[in-house]
Amino acid sequence: MVLLTCKDLSLGYEGHAIVKNLNFEINQGDYVCIVGENGSGKSTLMKTILGLQPPLEGKVITGDGFRQTEIGYLPQQSIVQKDFPASVWEIVLSGCSNRMGLRPFYNSQEKRDAKENIEKMGMSDHIRSCYRELSGGQQQRVLLARALCATRKMILLDEPVTGLDPIVTGEIYDIVYNLNRKDGITVVMISHDIEAAMKYATKIIHIGKTVFCGTKDEYLSSMEAKLFLKDGEHNG
Amino acid sequence: MADLFEKLVLYFRYPFVIYALIVGVLIALCSSLLGVTLVLKRFSFIGDGLSHVAFGAMALAAVFDMTNNMPLVLAITVICAVLLLHVGQNAKIKGDAAIAMISVGALAIGYLLLNVFSKSSNISGDVCSTLFGSTSILTLSKTEVWICGILSVITVAVFILFYNKIFSVTFDENFARATGTKAGLYNLLIAVIIAVIIVLAMNLVGSLLISALVIFPALSSMRLFKTFRSVTICSAILSVICAFSGIIVSILAGTPVGSTIVAVDIIAFALFSAIGALKGGIKR
Repeated sequence: MVLLTCKDLSLGYEGHAIVKNLNFEINQGDYVCIVGENGSGKSTLMKTILGLQPPLEGKVITGDGFRQTEIGYLPQQSIVQKDFPASVWEIVLSGCSNRMGLRPFYNSQEKRDAKENIEKMGMSDHIRSCYRELSGGQQQRVLLARALCATRKMILLDEPVTGLDPIVTGEIYDIVYNLNRKDGITVVMISHDIEAAMKYATKIIHIGKTVFCGTKDEYLSSMEAKLFLKDGEHNG
Repeated sequence: MADLFEKLVLYFRYPFVIYALIVGVLIALCSSLLGVTLVLKRFSFIGDGLSHVAFGAMALAAVFDMTNNMPLVLAITVICAVLLLHVGQNAKIKGDAAIAMISVGALAIGYLLLNVFSKSSNISGDVCSTLFGSTSILTLSKTEVWICGILSVITVAVFILFYNKIFSVTFDENFARATGTKAGLYNLLIAVIIAVIIVLAMNLVGSLLISALVIFPALSSMRLFKTFRSVTICSAILSVICAFSGIIVSILAGTPVGSTIVAVDIIAFALFSAIGALKGGIKR
């Protein structure tokens, strides 16, 4: 089942295209990693998929009753959030706000979902804790729980392990992998971590001077991968 | 002490004192509600900028000799609020510069207009009282109290009804927009409410001191409380207490109302910071 199709997308700012002719499909249950150098347009692609920024050309089509606003989004942390006084509960519950429409308050079903997702992320002990006092890994779990409240089908993660230590990074990857495997949630991840992308992803989208979209095996034998992976070795 | 008390009882017999207290408390309540959002969204200066715009609008109204300047001032301030929020975010002149430009511009033009066109004999007195608040809080008519009451009720109701949305938009605007919340619309709502509050508060503390009324209670309660709801509730209560005691002190001591309230707010902030620091110290 195709959840999301990007057709002939051109991305960029003020009429200046960074990426052209982007075509790919995301199916139910996929684990997609979007890789590429800095400034290649990964974030722009993500904003376009989320509907935050219109594409210069082409369109993003959702299928099978799936709507663009049902994507659970895990953004990079912003400065505002660093000293924001909010409890874990308040933040996770806010993930349900896309179901409320004009109803002003959360109903009991939404509260149940929020609680469930907090449990799923192993944060039950911190439900009343203050968000800004949590560790980086815990904060990511909270934001992941919020993303899960907003979706039942697809989550989009924007470099979710930036600034985390290797152990916590592994934990976050495990959580995401389990969500994909056990709960059948489609995962789209923007990543710098090409090693982890190779380990978990079923599909790779490489954005750069040339564009590649395909399965992991196809990617490994492609030109883009050879250049990119080699480059990564030199840098690392 | 007994003297003071008697004096107070005497003053409470006058309706204008009661009016001043009612209006003061209502304005303090409204202005504190959105303070948390403004501080967290880094919008603190918008309040400041808009209050200068309101001053310019008042000058304009004075030039046209309008007896009831509220509608004109409200309209101009709301339009500027919308412009600042909308244009400020993606225009070539960035947010803070745009605010500085508009606010200083409005201040200058306002003073210019008053000087050139005003028929009043005491221009500097007029200007001073619009900027720093005046005795006008003590000369409120019954109609003005009603208008203030109704606008306050609307503000509080809107805030409660949209509390959850305002939280989402404040905490993470991109997430809110991506999941289908019309963030632009709520930003607009916030801007309009701010404009209304500023116009209301001009009577109380004057246009230069309004920002204090908006941000001090929020900043104080952020020292001590850790959830959005508790911070909001605390700043509302704190703001009301400060305004109430400020008005009482100013009546008893004969000090200017606006600056006295702000002074009380500052004391509260110092107190909350100290307690917060002590608590933090114990934890570590």
